[in-house]
Amino acid sequence: MASLFIGSVRLPAGRAHPPKTVQMRSVGLAEGYICSTLSNQPVKDPGRFWENLLFSPFAFRGNVNREHRHYPIIARFFCCRQLRTEPAFPTSQPPTFHMSAATPAPVEQKLTKKILTADHPTWCPGCGDFAVLASFYRVLERMQIPHEKIVTIAGIGCSSRFPYFVNGHGLHFIHGRALPLATAVSLARPDCHVFVFGGDGDGFSIGGNHLNHAARKNVNLTYVIMDNFVYGLTKKQTSPTSPLGYKSKTDPAGAIDRPINPMKQLVAAGATFIARTHATQVNHMCEMYQRAIEHKGFSVVETLSECVMFYAGAFDDGIPRKGGKFEIIDERKHDGTPEDEARHDVTDEVAAYKLADVQYPGKFGVFYQESRPTKNDLEYKWISETQSKLGGTTARQVLQKRFDMMK
Amino acid sequence: MSSTTLDQPAPNAGSSGDHHAHEISNVVIRFAGNSQDGIQSIGGFLARLAGRTKQDVMTYMTIPSTISGGPSIFQVHIGSGEVLSAGDDADWLVAFYQHSYDDHLKALRKGGWVLYDSDHVTPNPEDKDHRYLAVPFTNATVEALGGTARDKGKNLFVLGLVSQIFKLNKEKLVAIVERQFAGKKDESILRNAMLAFDTGYAYQVGDVLDESFEFKPGHRDEENRLTTDGNQMMVCGLLAAGVRYGAGYPITPWSPIMESLRSELPRYGGIFVQTEDELAAISAALGFSYSGHIAITGSSGPGLSLKMEALSYATMAEIPVIVINVQRGGPSTGLPTSMEQSDLLQAIYGSHGDSPRVVLAPYSVEDCFYIAIEAYRIAKKYSTPVIILSDQALSSRIEAFPEPNLDEWMTEPNLDLTPRDEAWKPYPLDTDVNHAPPGTKMLGGKYPVISGLEHDEWGHPTSSPKLHTQMTNRRREKLKRMAAELDVPEIHGDQSGEVLLIGWGSSYGPIKEAGDRLRGQGRKVGSMVMRHLHPMANSLEKIFAGYEHVIVAEVNDQGLYGHGQLTTLLRARYCDPRIQSITKTDGLSFQVREIIAGVEKVTGAK
Repeated sequence: MASLFIGSVRLPAGRAHPPKTVQMRSVGLAEGYICSTLSNQPVKDPGRFWENLLFSPFAFRGNVNREHRHYPIIARFFCCRQLRTEPAFPTSQPPTFHMSAATPAPVEQKLTKKILTADHPTWCPGCGDFAVLASFYRVLERMQIPHEKIVTIAGIGCSSRFPYFVNGHGLHFIHGRALPLATAVSLARPDCHVFVFGGDGDGFSIGGNHLNHAARKNVNLTYVIMDNFVYGLTKKQTSPTSPLGYKSKTDPAGAIDRPINPMKQLVAAGATFIARTHATQVNHMCEMYQRAIEHKGFSVVETLSECVMFYAGAFDDGIPRKGGKFEIIDERKHDGTPEDEARHDVTDEVAAYKLADVQYPGKFGVFYQESRPTKNDLEYKWISETQSKLGGTTARQVLQKRFDMMK
Repeated sequence: MSSTTLDQPAPNAGSSGDHHAHEISNVVIRFAGNSQDGIQSIGGFLARLAGRTKQDVMTYMTIPSTISGGPSIFQVHIGSGEVLSAGDDADWLVAFYQHSYDDHLKALRKGGWVLYDSDHVTPNPEDKDHRYLAVPFTNATVEALGGTARDKGKNLFVLGLVSQIFKLNKEKLVAIVERQFAGKKDESILRNAMLAFDTGYAYQVGDVLDESFEFKPGHRDEENRLTTDGNQMMVCGLLAAGVRYGAGYPITPWSPIMESLRSELPRYGGIFVQTEDELAAISAALGFSYSGHIAITGSSGPGLSLKMEALSYATMAEIPVIVINVQRGGPSTGLPTSMEQSDLLQAIYGSHGDSPRVVLAPYSVEDCFYIAIEAYRIAKKYSTPVIILSDQALSSRIEAFPEPNLDEWMTEPNLDLTPRDEAWKPYPLDTDVNHAPPGTKMLGGKYPVISGLEHDEWGHPTSSPKLHTQMTNRRREKLKRMAAELDVPEIHGDQSGEVLLIGWGSSYGPIKEAGDRLRGQGRKVGSMVMRHLHPMANSLEKIFAGYEHVIVAEVNDQGLYGHGQLTTLLRARYCDPRIQSITKTDGLSFQVREIIAGVEKVTGAK
């Protein structure tokens, strides 16, 4: 069982080593740990300082002060062995993945988390989105996508700040329209890997129509929807996935409008890779992201990512450590065994639809996956067919011919 | 020949062999029927013929905003001299139905001819102002074609009739018609078309038509002239400029541009995407531009409104993009198939925040080509959104003009993925933006973020008051640099004097003609077209100083303070109360006489 706590410490600008004094303040913790304030405590051993911080059960946040650099800290919990064996950064030296100080990376350098890290996230300590970011780094590390080919695109929302936190080509667009923009990048630049990040408001509400159309067109890109069931950036309004009865500033008596069912909507829209995961389940999340990226076509991973500020505990029912059930979909293995028949066939739309009806917290894993020509393939097929008919004429000649028809 | 013509006051009616032969230099023919009768194609064929026979031509059409059916007209002004407008009054009215006759007789000049379908139209026997020529279009076509063709093809029958009356070059006309129908799978379509045409051409109109007409030779010497409409020339301009990617959503009258780009771009290795809505269209265009290919999107009035948020983003993020707005009558759904120039202020100021951007307007079909190229170059050089304001009249009217030399104007776009060194920044405060598209290696190891938040030079968000001021300055100053490079518009006619007539967009044709007519009356009038509407060229005040009156004619409302939209801008910039408007909102292009009347009103009220 892995969990993440995030914070940062502020260090006086220009310091290469951990400071003698650190001002720290813990903030609201989702999981009920004691909040405490550490203030002006002397740091005796720099090495141990980072180690302690890394594995501390507390979350820290540095005071916001523009004159100081902020060091993001990802404190990882003990149960996830794989993460544990690869610490976020060496404990013997200070972290170098901080904002505004570029890490010169020679071309063709191996893609590492260190290289991929950019600005310090603006998210609240304890936010599920940190784990999504960490998992994204991890998957990119595993897959070793050429650095310059990584493109992250987002709309508006807490989670949509994502592109600032990834050191790669990025674009932070307007509310709800990340998908059509990303569609164009994917079409025009088949050499690039296009990732879209966003929340439930961006994806299912203001941008809902774009989701349907990107899905039916099967545009080749990966879309991670960080679903927290609430509008966080605007501070607690009902979102399209808020459950009935959820009390928000716009539904003080509890939400009355039925929430959408993302899995059903995506199946109906024609997305070709549809998965669901949980931000506390890092291994599963990484697996889903990697499979989504490897899928050719429109791949979506709905990631339940808790908003500790406005909907704390929303997804506890899916966290075994808290008594919930994290039920992974048992996918058909096609091994010819009789028990395989009972397993979920990811190519079966109806089965996916039924699976989406399982009562909250529902199932996690790949609901649906099919192989269908992408819009990218079809557009390029048309281009190549059209151009082969023209038999090598230049653009200049093609336009001249059009002029000749007007004479 | 129908007996109704006998009532008409034609001299020598009924006697043969006493024809008056006229050598004419121009004629305005108005075809009035229903939209499914194919009268647009008659007009199109005639316009193309004029273009091929060294004549000038301008057409004007109305179409109903229904799918099929509804009254429709197509007016062709063909001239052996310069044709600047579609003509105020028609010399000929070709009426297919009673409603066509009833509604459009007023558009016919006194003494003009009515050529009408005697199967459908009963003319007013009291009318002594016009002359009548009755031909049973419907029955003659049905007889000629036989079978189940019914009256399909009567447009070509009428085309044959008109060719006969005006002694048009049959050989060239037939070639144009044949090319139109060539490639159709069903060969009987071309056969029937030609049969209908020949029947009309050979039809014995009899001796009621006591005049014969023949055009003077055309004055255009250019070997290669193109005859097409504004939308198609805009497409050609975009293709020549190097646009290879775009996105759009259907809306009249913008749709023909997107339809052409959708089918043309694959030939050039590009892609045009039909998106789910207007918001997605501009978003996709910005995505293409971000990818390193300057892209185009477009729409008409209501659609432009939907694009405003993303346009403001384009200003903030400094992404080059071309947005074509084919204006139509507004507000709201308004008059979807009518002409209006009421989106100027929306184009310039429609977005939230201080979001300066470039607005251009072509003034003729030919200019659509050059303005598209200029838009591309500006967008690229200044990394800015550029809006092109066309309009419904320009989009569909046909003109003939010299063929652009592609050796001179065609450029092939290139995707610049050269690695950027450590000194490169996406938003440098001291130089122009030069974005690094995805796929570009960053030798410093740090990758750029393109942002709609106020940002620092690296694209990272900031709320620093100082940076917001600096970045707002750079977004403004780059357009001021662009303005400084613009040539001052040329004045046609008197370089100083009583009246300076200013126009923009498709209104300029009738404005120029009005200026010519006023000069013919001995008045000192200059006329000027403004292609760069935002930013404007500098030093216009020096031009204005030479005239007693500066009058802007534009097809939009006078607004609460009595000035049209461009007038409002000019008055705001120059604080010059001599700048006055001629405005109207009838959904039609200016007639020359309306502008002359407007000038009289303004100068008389002096």
